[in-house]
Amino acid sequence: MTVNYNKNEMIPAPVVDPDSKAFWDAVQNQELVFQKCGDCGRLRHPPRPVCPKCRSLNIEWEPSSGKGTIYSKTIYRKSPHPGMKAPFTVVLVELDEGLKLISNMVDIKNDDIKIGMQVEVVFDNLTDDLNLPKFRKVD
Amino acid sequence: MKSIKNKVAIVGIGLSGFSKDCKKTELRMACEAIKDALDDAGLTPRDIDGMIKQTDDSADEHAITSAMGMPNLTFYGETRWAGAPCGMVMQAATGVAAGACHTAVIYRAVNGGSGLRSTPSMRSSGQLSTADLLHWAFHSPFGLMTEQGAVAMLAERYMYEYDIKKDQFGPITVTCRQNGAKNPNSAYFKKPITMKDYKESKMVTDPLRALDCYEKFDAAAAFIVTTPERAKYLNHPPVMILGAAQGSVPETENMCGYYRDDVTGLPEMAVMGKRLFKMAGVKPKDIKFAQLDDAYTPLVPMQLEALGFCKKGKGVNFCGDGKKIKAGGRLPVNTAGGSLGEGHIHGMNHVIEAVHQIRGTATLQVKNAKIGLVATGAGGPAGGLILGR
Repeated sequence: MTVNYNKNEMIPAPVVDPDSKAFWDAVQNQELVFQKCGDCGRLRHPPRPVCPKCRSLNIEWEPSSGKGTIYSKTIYRKSPHPGMKAPFTVVLVELDEGLKLISNMVDIKNDDIKIGMQVEVVFDNLTDDLNLPKFRKVD
Repeated sequence: MKSIKNKVAIVGIGLSGFSKDCKKTELRMACEAIKDALDDAGLTPRDIDGMIKQTDDSADEHAITSAMGMPNLTFYGETRWAGAPCGMVMQAATGVAAGACHTAVIYRAVNGGSGLRSTPSMRSSGQLSTADLLHWAFHSPFGLMTEQGAVAMLAERYMYEYDIKKDQFGPITVTCRQNGAKNPNSAYFKKPITMKDYKESKMVTDPLRALDCYEKFDAAAAFIVTTPERAKYLNHPPVMILGAAQGSVPETENMCGYYRDDVTGLPEMAVMGKRLFKMAGVKPKDIKFAQLDDAYTPLVPMQLEALGFCKKGKGVNFCGDGKKIKAGGRLPVNTAGGSLGEGHIHGMNHVIEAVHQIRGTATLQVKNAKIGLVATGAGGPAGGLILGR
């Protein structure tokens, strides 16, 4: 794990609202899904109520390939939260379907994470009711 | 298109010092800055009939009218995020140009250093705004909880795409600190730094070092705008607003516009700049100095690109070793020090320094400084001004 959690502290759970609920419900079932316009089929992330291309309010949820590449990254040298131990790396993953997602990597050293690295989604089970979508290097 | 060009003047400025713990309420700090700005202009609280505040500030407009004894306020409003200083001036100026008010005050007061603040990320309803919700839903669960991390993510990709080497952002902070070292109001007065200091500065969020990032301070600032006709009777030659604009485009977020094709392009700054230059009727080559958002060093070259001072990917080359951007260079930047070299009050001091340059009262006075640019809100909702005589 590149993020070591301090289990005695609160772990920063996502704040979920009705626009994003389906995304997080899927994550709890170990699925990564993205919003898809119910009319023109455009994929989008983060979840929003309207399609910016055709203005449709019809929403579907499409399973992601879960595969992508590291688009950018940063290493936190000091933790911004008592539940997370520094240093840890935050990554911006560009998925094969073209959407980007902020996440963390698992099973890799901070210094070994590189832009362009191929990755795939895994689900980090933090508590009984909290999974987070994270990524591991694909060889 | 009708515009506000040459219809409104900045006639008064007030700026506090930069303290780590000023032991004053934000309301008191705001009142002190407003009082200074009124005195600077030669006006009284009775003359103020317009007011624009920054949404996050705890000192609201009604508290100001009570504390200052302003009986004639009939136009007020607010705007948010880092583009606010120029955006607030624009909104106040719009009120003056439209005749909704005659003389307006713009202010910010932030206890950023001592942290004696109200809840800045909450709306008055107690609800998160949608931009904050994105942060709490999709960024903070992965530890991306600070601006330093959010900007580092942009900077890392910027370096990757344009082959920028380690420490190439250093001359920007060194230049700002050298400028600020000559400014008696600066938190860093007589405290210049060198590239050696920069290289020894600790990593905060790679690739950002501590010296790439602003420090938090308690500080306050205020400006007064009015009509050119009234300006004739006031203390200083008027500083005319030649152009003013804000900028927000799809996927504009506070320092984290990640969900678009090009994350390093600052498109909200570009759309703001396009309107700004068009309104003023000038081009980047006409600009004699620029006060740019330097909250984080990588945002300076990105702004130079987005505003058309250089081509995409060439901003770091433009800054180079600091020669072009220091006083006496092709485009002097942040001549009072900016956020990195004077102190951080969210870009308010950048507007104040631009006014000093146009008036001819700056500490590091640029020769023939008849037209200058201010940009605030790089990496988020943007604001800009072109000021002149």
